[in-house]
Amino acid sequence: MLAFTLRRALQAIGVMIAVGVIAFSMFRFAGDPVNQIVSLDTPAAEREAVRTSLGLDDPVPVQFARYFVNAAQFKFGVSYQFRQPVSNLLMERMPATLELAACATVFAMVFGILMGVYSALRRDTLLTKFFQAVSLIGISLPTFLIGILLIYLFSVTLGWLPSFGRGDVVRIGWWTTGLFTLSGLKALIMPSITLGLFQMTLIMRLVRAEMLEVLRTDYIRFARARGLTTRAIHFGHALKNTLVPVITVAGLQFGSVIAFAIITETVFQWPGMGLLFVQAVQNVDIPIMAAYLLMVSLIFVTINLVVDILYTIVDPRLRSTISRPA
Amino acid sequence: MTVPVLSVRNLEVEFLTRSSTLRAISGVSFDIAKGEVLGVVGESGAGKSVTGLAVIGLIDPPGRIARGEIYLSGMRIDHLPPEEIRRIRGKRIGMIFQDPLTSLNPLYRIGDQIVETIRTHMNLSESAARKRAIDLLAEVGIPAPEKRIDAYPHEFSGGMRQRVVIALAICAEPELIIADEPTTALDVSVQAQIISLIKRLGRDHGTAVMLVTHDMGVIAETSDRVAVMYSGRIAEIGPVQDVVQNPLHPYAKGLMGAIPTLAGEEKRLVQIPGSMPRLSAIPPGCSFNPRCAFAFDRCRVERPEPIRQGSHAVACHLYDEATETAA
Repeated sequence: MLAFTLRRALQAIGVMIAVGVIAFSMFRFAGDPVNQIVSLDTPAAEREAVRTSLGLDDPVPVQFARYFVNAAQFKFGVSYQFRQPVSNLLMERMPATLELAACATVFAMVFGILMGVYSALRRDTLLTKFFQAVSLIGISLPTFLIGILLIYLFSVTLGWLPSFGRGDVVRIGWWTTGLFTLSGLKALIMPSITLGLFQMTLIMRLVRAEMLEVLRTDYIRFARARGLTTRAIHFGHALKNTLVPVITVAGLQFGSVIAFAIITETVFQWPGMGLLFVQAVQNVDIPIMAAYLLMVSLIFVTINLVVDILYTIVDPRLRSTISRPA
Repeated sequence: MTVPVLSVRNLEVEFLTRSSTLRAISGVSFDIAKGEVLGVVGESGAGKSVTGLAVIGLIDPPGRIARGEIYLSGMRIDHLPPEEIRRIRGKRIGMIFQDPLTSLNPLYRIGDQIVETIRTHMNLSESAARKRAIDLLAEVGIPAPEKRIDAYPHEFSGGMRQRVVIALAICAEPELIIADEPTTALDVSVQAQIISLIKRLGRDHGTAVMLVTHDMGVIAETSDRVAVMYSGRIAEIGPVQDVVQNPLHPYAKGLMGAIPTLAGEEKRLVQIPGSMPRLSAIPPGCSFNPRCAFAFDRCRVERPEPIRQGSHAVACHLYDEATETAA
């Protein structure tokens, strides 16, 4: 088990090094950063001074090594547009994005599993047909359109929910949260639904398909022959077996929820990392783009690792094959 | 005369399809007394398993019990509401399925599965149920049960898993065990152990056993009586010795003739020509008539009802006195 975890962790580090190379190469291929910083009429001598102060006249391998050592310590340089360390900017924006992604995932899991289980157990009811219609909408409508439609309905027409921003936030250490204020919670609702709707329909469809599959298995038939209650069979025996693949998908989806947050954050002007990234792209702010790339891959790699470990906790068969490698 | 543990009368199970109604079994009647083992044999699709599932109330839509009655120790159980038949399943009727590799939930320790079943049917505390689970595992021959109780199904071999399945089937002291091909998925040496285990449990607890199999050897070794099924009907039923040594129904004769003997002289085994009709194309009259060497006109028109012949009952016009006098 420990050897398995270590092996996976080493693989994760390998992936991060590869991403680091790509992030670094952005600096080399996206034009001369000095031009982004100085104004048009800056004299050549001053340009050289800026170049030297940024270490851009060192040989490429030296620059790469320096970038790498700094990145490992979460130092990503200074943003060209904000003139602030990128890590500060990211840290400031990260709570907003993580909070949004977490709310969206919880929303997607809770409703996805409930709707999936319901539609598998009661196949022909009206409510099941309604859920399936909703899931079709969720899977086929693009995120930004859903966001705009929600804004139109709940902000413009009904005026119930704010159309942009995070509302009032509470600061706990470096972390800011909107979970403890009414306006913060209200501001979370629509972005979470927008961001989570696709995942919700995905989970619902997956749970439904898996559940129908599991209900046909021999051990469910045997559980019925043992006279267990319907409730114990459906929610004890069937649901647990259903959740194995659901955990993988939901876990891996958490990464794309953070990545997809770019669109949702733009629609709702949500002050998170995604919005920062979009602004960085518009202004060719390479340090932010490179750092964002690294952050997102770090999150993806971490989630993959956690999902692999969770897998072995849920499924005892994997546990023993891992501890006793064949 | 005491009331039989299981009494099935004129049972008919049908499956509704889009275009027609398929009759999986019809006119099936038999009794099993306390402590008796009834073997049910026949080809695949003869309706053996469906009969077992009907008794325990696990015929799922589109299937349904269309006619007939099932009595468990004199109490009618075929028309009970789902919740009441559920209470009988596992408690008064235990069931063992064919494939022990897939009968157990892979994500739960076997002990948890046994304790769950015990506590569903008996009013026992967690620790008392666990103690009972260990005793049960010991009884079905699992070595070191107090350690193995916390193992997962994949940590057992096929034979050991079938023992766990049997422990689960008997955990609430049922009056009747339905064993649906309990040895088919096991290798031969393990088969013998499982068979003798089922036999011993039936004897020790006075449990009635309905043993469904297509293996005549298993039947001959285990059963007191045997029912030969063909195409959803019982062709012949009687004490196992009589049916094996002196089968009356042409189909039963064919079946017995197809068993190789160790002592026997080297001659070709008898084959029954053709195959069993599909449910959608059962011929009129006796459903065996297209394959029967003795078929005559009446067999193609009229369906034979069981006729008592000494210790046997056989559904064949050959043994009908009306036919004999006419012929």
